[in-house]
Amino acid sequence: MIHSLFLINHAGDIFLEKHWKSVISRSVCDYFFEAKEKAVEPENVPPVLQTPHHYLISIYRDKLFFLSVVQTEVPPLFVIEFLHRVADTIQDYFGECSESLINDNVVTVYELLEEMLDNGFPLATESNVLKEMIRPPTILRSVVNTLTGSSNVGDTLPTGQLSSIPWRRAGVKYTNNEAYFDVIEEIDAIVDKSGTTVFAEIQGVIEASVRLTGMPDLSMTFMNPSLLDDVSFHPCVRFKRWESERALSFIPPDGNFTLMNYHVSSQNLVTIPVYVKQNICFFETGPCGRLDITIGPKQTMGKTVEALMVTIHMPKAVLSANLTATQGNYSYDFTTKVLVWDIGKLNPQKLPNLRGSLSLQSGAPKPEDNPSLNIDLKIQQVAISGLKVSRLEMNGEKYKPFKGVKYLTKAGNFQVRT
Amino acid sequence: MLESNKESLKLEAMKRVVGLISKGKNASELFPAVVKNVASKNIELKKLVYVYLVRYAEEQQDLALLSISTFQRALKDPNQFIRGSALRVLSSIRVPIIVPIMMLAIKEAAADLSPYVRKTSAHAIQKLYSLDPEQKEQLIEVIEKLLKDKSTLVAGSVVMAFEEVCPDRIDLIHKNYRKLCNLLVDVEEWGQVVIISMLTRYARTQFTSPWKEVRHCGATFDENNDKAFYDSDSEDKKDTTEAKPYTMDPDHRLLLRNTKPLLQSRNTAVVMCVAQLYWHLAPTQEVNIITKSLVRLLRSHREVQYIVLQNIATMSIQRKGIFEPYMKSFYVRSTDATHIKTLKLEILTNLANEANISTILREFQTYVKSQDKAFAAATIQAIGRCATNITDVTDTCLSGLVLLLSNRDETVVAESVVVIKKLLQTQPTQHSEIIKHMAKLFDNITVSMARASILWLMGEYCDRVPKIAPDVLRKMAKTFTAEEDIVKLQTVNLAAKLYLTNSKQTKLLTQYILNLGKYDQSYDIRDRTRFIRQLIVPNEKSGALNKYARRILLAPKPAPVLESSFKDRDRFQLGTLSHSLNTKAAGYQELSDWPAVAPDQSVRNVEVIEPVQEWAPSVGKTKKSGKPKSADKFYSDDEEEKKEEGSESSKDSSSSSSEESGSESEEESSEESEKTSSDSGKSSSGSEKSSSESESEPKKTKKAPQKKSKPPAAFSDSDENGNGPVAQASSSSAESSSGSETDSEDSDPPATPQKKKKDVKSKPKAEVKSKVEVSLLDLVDFSPAPTNAPPSSVISSSLLSDLEGLSLSNISSTMQVTSPSFGPVKTYELLHHMTGKGLSAKYHFPRQPCLYEPSMVAVQVILTNGSDHSLEEIHIGERSPAGLNIHCFNAIERLEPEASVTVSMGIDFSDSTQAAHFQLCTKEDQFSVSIQPAVGELLMPSSMTEQDYSKEQGKLLGMNETSATITMATANTSRLAISKQSCRCATWERCHPARTPSTGLRGGQSAVELWLLVCLELKESSTAMLTINTEKAVMASMLLRDLKQPLVQA
Repeated sequence: MIHSLFLINHAGDIFLEKHWKSVISRSVCDYFFEAKEKAVEPENVPPVLQTPHHYLISIYRDKLFFLSVVQTEVPPLFVIEFLHRVADTIQDYFGECSESLINDNVVTVYELLEEMLDNGFPLATESNVLKEMIRPPTILRSVVNTLTGSSNVGDTLPTGQLSSIPWRRAGVKYTNNEAYFDVIEEIDAIVDKSGTTVFAEIQGVIEASVRLTGMPDLSMTFMNPSLLDDVSFHPCVRFKRWESERALSFIPPDGNFTLMNYHVSSQNLVTIPVYVKQNICFFETGPCGRLDITIGPKQTMGKTVEALMVTIHMPKAVLSANLTATQGNYSYDFTTKVLVWDIGKLNPQKLPNLRGSLSLQSGAPKPEDNPSLNIDLKIQQVAISGLKVSRLEMNGEKYKPFKGVKYLTKAGNFQVRT
Repeated sequence: MLESNKESLKLEAMKRVVGLISKGKNASELFPAVVKNVASKNIELKKLVYVYLVRYAEEQQDLALLSISTFQRALKDPNQFIRGSALRVLSSIRVPIIVPIMMLAIKEAAADLSPYVRKTSAHAIQKLYSLDPEQKEQLIEVIEKLLKDKSTLVAGSVVMAFEEVCPDRIDLIHKNYRKLCNLLVDVEEWGQVVIISMLTRYARTQFTSPWKEVRHCGATFDENNDKAFYDSDSEDKKDTTEAKPYTMDPDHRLLLRNTKPLLQSRNTAVVMCVAQLYWHLAPTQEVNIITKSLVRLLRSHREVQYIVLQNIATMSIQRKGIFEPYMKSFYVRSTDATHIKTLKLEILTNLANEANISTILREFQTYVKSQDKAFAAATIQAIGRCATNITDVTDTCLSGLVLLLSNRDETVVAESVVVIKKLLQTQPTQHSEIIKHMAKLFDNITVSMARASILWLMGEYCDRVPKIAPDVLRKMAKTFTAEEDIVKLQTVNLAAKLYLTNSKQTKLLTQYILNLGKYDQSYDIRDRTRFIRQLIVPNEKSGALNKYARRILLAPKPAPVLESSFKDRDRFQLGTLSHSLNTKAAGYQELSDWPAVAPDQSVRNVEVIEPVQEWAPSVGKTKKSGKPKSADKFYSDDEEEKKEEGSESSKDSSSSSSEESGSESEEESSEESEKTSSDSGKSSSGSEKSSSESESEPKKTKKAPQKKSKPPAAFSDSDENGNGPVAQASSSSAESSSGSETDSEDSDPPATPQKKKKDVKSKPKAEVKSKVEVSLLDLVDFSPAPTNAPPSSVISSSLLSDLEGLSLSNISSTMQVTSPSFGPVKTYELLHHMTGKGLSAKYHFPRQPCLYEPSMVAVQVILTNGSDHSLEEIHIGERSPAGLNIHCFNAIERLEPEASVTVSMGIDFSDSTQAAHFQLCTKEDQFSVSIQPAVGELLMPSSMTEQDYSKEQGKLLGMNETSATITMATANTSRLAISKQSCRCATWERCHPARTPSTGLRGGQSAVELWLLVCLELKESSTAMLTINTEKAVMASMLLRDLKQPLVQA
C-alpha cells in the first residue's frame, strides 16, 4: 500500500521523509516537482501522478504537500483519506499543521507515523488510540519531562485498539460530566449577476465535545429528522437505529469529534440570508475600474448576521484598489490579488457599502470577466434549515451529565457572480 | 551520547538520530551503537531504536542479527502488545537470513490468543512475502487459517495479506464469504475498503449478472443515447416479464445489503468503495442509491473531489439518469482548482440532454468568461460536444461560438475556431457565412492550430467561397516560411485543393508554395509537398494516381465525433488507481465478467472438515428451496428409520440450531421455518444413513427415487449450522463412542463400507437434484416443487463432471471390480493430423477392465480423418518392445474425410509406465506412435472390507510404505472434492476408496496381483496424510506425486 511519505513545504523542500518498506530515494519527488512547476498554482497539482516505477498521490493542505509513494494498485481515495488523517492528527496534536511545528516535534511526528501505518497499511488512525500511545506535548508536560526524565510515550499500552469500540478508551474519568453539541449548517450557494439563486443547498455537521465518565451510551433524537436527506456518521453511530428510528445512538469517543454530517433535502427551499448589490466595471479607456458593493439582509430569521466578510479574487491586471468602506475595513493583497472586506456585524438600518476605484496595469487589456464575490457570514443560534435536536438521553452510567446544544449557521461556499 | 549510562542522554541522542533519519540524512554509521540499546527498558528509547533498526537493518544485515534474539524473547512475552510489536519490528527488518525465524514467528502468532497479535501476524505475512516470495505456499496456509478468524480486528489485515500474496486464490474466500459480509460493518474503516474491493472481485466471479434481462433485450443501460435509454425503460418492463426472471443469489444479496449502510461512512474511501461495489454488482435499478453519497463527497477535500468526480464522469457516461437530479452540484465555482473545473465540465456535458441543455448552456456562458483560460477553452470544447450530441441546439451553439470569435483572448478564439471547424464538418451546407467570417479573422489569429483549422475549412469548402479562398492562399504564400509546421501542411493542402478546383487563378500560387515546401526544413513538409506535386501536377511520370487526385483530395470526409475522454475508462474498475490514471497500474486485478453460469454456491457453506459428513453441505447447496412441505414428505418416507434414530436426531437439531442462532442472525425470520424443517431433514438423513447399514442393496435403490422428491435443501442450512454436531452424532452411531476423529480410524466397524455405499449412493442423487435446482432457479424461483426433477440434460457439463467425480466413489464401493467408473476423461494426443497426413488420433483410458485380457489396460483411440480424401486400411503395425502385448483393434477399412471412429484396444504395460510404441498404419503410410500411461491408469479397482484392508496394510509396512503429509487447498478438504481431485489426476480411478466414517479415504487396490493401498487421512484443518502401501516402491512414489498435486492445488 503506502510505501513512503514525503512532506514538502511550499517552496518545494522535502523536510521529512518516512519509509514503511524499503527506502525509496527522494529523487522520486522530482516528478512531482515537475508537475508542480507545470501547474503554477499549488492547488492545481493533480493529486495522482504516474512515474515510471511509482505512483505519487499527494494532498495539499495548510501550505504543505503530503506526498505518498505507492507502487501497486490501491484505491487512490484510500491514500488521500489517510493523508488527510495524518494531517488531522498532526493538527490535533500540535494545534496546527505547519512546517515549523512539525520540525520542532519531529520525533513525535515520526513516532505517530510509525504507529499509524504498518507496512503501509493503516494500523491506528483513531486519535484516541494514538494519544494513549504517544501523548501530545503540553507545556506542563515538557517541563515535567525535563525535570523527571519521563517521556511522552505512554507506558500503558493502547487498550482501545483491542476493544470493539476503538474510538473510546476504558476508564475515562471526569469530575464535571458534560456533553456539548454544535449543530453547524453551511449554505452553499451560487447567486448570479441579477441576484437570482442559481444553486443553493445546506450542508450540516454536528460537532460534539463529550467529556463523560465511564462508558455512556447516548441517544439523540430530532424534532424533524425528515429534513435530513443524506447523512454520514462517525463510526460510533449505530446504523441500524438510524435506519429504523431516525435516532442517533452511540457510545461517544472521548473529547472532540464530528458526530455526523448531513445534507438537507433539496425539496426545502434554501433561504439566502443576505443580498448583494454590486457593480464592478473596468473602463475601456484608461487603466482603471470602479467597484461598488452593498450588502443587505434578506431572510435572517430575526437574528443578526455576524462576521460578514467579502473576498474577491481580482483579475491579474488589477494593481491596487482605492476604496472607502462605510463599515469595517478592507485590504488588498497585491501579490495574491485578493481583496478582503471585513464588515463584521450587519446593521439593517445602515447597510454597509464599499466603493471606489481600481487601478489597472497600464497597457494590459481590460479584464473581460468580473471577479466573483465569496461571502462569509455567521448567524448564531439558528440552524437555517430549521433542524432541531429534541432530546438527548444517556444510558449506561448513573450520573447526570450537563448537556447543551448550540446552533450556528455559516456561509459555506457562497458565491456571487458578477 | 549513545554509549552513555544515563537513559536521558541516550534518549536525547536517539531523538537526534531520528531527526537525521527524518531529514533523509544517512545515520547508518551509528548502527552498532544504536543496536546495543535494543534491550533498553525505557519504552520511548526502545521505540526509537526500533525506528532506527527498521530503517537501516537492510543495509547492515550482520549487525542487525544481534538484535534478533531480543525480539525472539519478546515474542514469548505474556503481554500481547509486546508480543505484537516484537513481531512487527522483527518482520519489518528486511534481512533474508531470518526468513525461517519470521516464518516460525508468524505461524505462532497466527495462533495467538490475542486478536491484536494475530492482526500483526497478518501484516507480517505481507512483509515476509515481499522479502521472500518463495514462502508463498506456507504463507497461504497461514492466510487460510487467519481468514477463518472471527475477530473484526484481524479481518481487514488478513484480507489485505490475501490480496497481496494470493489474490487469485478465490477458493480460500468461499468459506469465509458470509462471515466477512456479516462482520463488515464492524471492521475498522481501512479494512472495510480492502474487504469490499476484494468482495467485488469475488462476487463478479461467483454470481450471475443481475443485469441480464436488461442486456438481453438490447436496450442496455450503457447506451449513450438518451432517447434509447428512456425508451428502454418501458421496453425493459415488457421484456422482463417475458424473460426468465432473474433471481439473485442470497449471498449476492447479503453482500449488497451489508455494504449499504457503509455508504454513510465518514471515510470517503469506504463510500467510494461501496459505490463501486454497487456500480459493478447491483441490479440496475438499485445503483441509484449511491449517487447521493457520491455527491456528498464533493464537499470533502479537493483531492477527494478530484477522484470522486473522475468516477462520476465515468458513471455519467453510462447512466446519465442517476446524476441528473444533482446536476447543480456540478456547477463550477470560481475557486475550484482547474482540474476540478474541467471534470465538472465533463460531467455537465455528459449530463446534457434536450431538457436541460438550455440551463447548461447558460452556465457554460458564464464559464467561457472565466479568468482561467484553460478552463474557458475546455468549456468551448464542451459546448462543441453538446452541439454535436444534441442536434436541437447545434445552431445556437454555433452562433454562440461565432460570437466568441470576436473575443479578445487568443486561446478562446483559437479554441472556438477549432470547435467550429468540427461542427461545420458535421453539417457543412449552409454555413458559408461563417467560413467567410473566419477568413476575415484569419489575419488576427496567431494560434497555429486555429490557423490550420481555418485553412483546412477553406480548402474543404473552397467551392462555397470561390473568391476568398484564393485570396487567403495568396496571403499564406507571403508568410509561408514563417508559419508553424501544421499551418504549412494545411497551406499545401489548401493549395492542392484550389489547384484542382480553380486552377486558372491559383496555378502559379500553388507552384510557388510547392516550391517553398520543397526546400522546407521539416521533412514532413518536404514529403507532403513532393506527394502533392506528383498527385496534382500532371506530367508523364505521374501514374494512375493523377486521375484520381480530385477524388483523393476532395473526398467527403466523415465528421469527427466529439467524445468524452472518459468514454473508455469503464474498462477499469471504478475507484482504482488504474481508473484514475486511465492506464493499467501495477498489480491491478482485472474485474472479471459475470460468469454465464453461477459456480457452485455450496462452496460458501461453512463446513467442518470431516470428510464423511461433508456430503451434507454439498448437497444442501440451495438453501432457499428448503420447503417445509417437501421436507415433511421426505420425513414421513423414512419414518421407520426415524424411530431408530430418534434420540440422535433430537441431538442434531438441538446442537445445530444453537449453532445457527450464532452465525445466522442475519437471516430473516421467514427462514425460521425453513430452519426447523431443514434440521429435521438433516437429522432424518443422518438416520437414514445409519439405518442403511443394516439394509440390503435393493432397498437402497428403491429409496433413491423417493429421495429425489426430497429437496436438497433439506440439508441446506447445515452449512451455517456447522456440520460439526451432525458429524459427531452420526459417527457416534457408527461407533459406540465418538472419540477424536483420528483415533476412530483404526477402530472402524466392519459395516462401514456398506454404510459408505449408502451415503455415497444418496449423494449423487441428491447432488443431481441440487444441480438441477441451480439451473432451475431462473425458471422456478423458489417454487416449492422440486419433485419434478428435470432430466439431467439440463445439467451443465462442468456440473456433470462433478457428478462423475461422485459416482466414482459410488461405484468403487460396490464390489464389482468390473463396473465402469467415470471420471473427467483426460484425452491425450496420439498422432497429430499434421504429422499423420490428415489422420489424427487421440487416446484416453476409459478405466474399464480390459475385455481382452485382465492384465491389459483398456485404451480407447479416436481416429479422425482430417484430410480431404478417405483413408483406408487403418491398422496397427510393428510394435516395440517386441514382447509388447497389444490387443489390436480390427483394421478399419475406410475412413471418410471428417469422419472419426473410436476403437478400443488393450495394452499390457506389465505394471510399468514405460511407453508402448507401435505403428499406426494406413494403406499408404506408417506412423510411429506411443502411448504412455500415467501410473494410476495401470491400477484396477477392487473393493475390500475394512478388516481386509488393515490386514493387507499390515503386510505392506516398512519399506513398502510411502507417505507424505500434504496441505490441501481448503476447497479440497471435502470428501467430494477429494475424490474429484484425485480422479482428475487419473490415478484414483482404479483404486477403491473405502472410507471410514470420520477420518479418511482408503483404497484397496490390486495391480495385476499386487495390492496397492492408498490411504488419505485428513487431520485438523487442511493437512492430510497420504499413505500408499505397495510392493512396488517406484510406483508408489509416482502415484504419490500424482495424487499430491491435484489435492494441494485448488
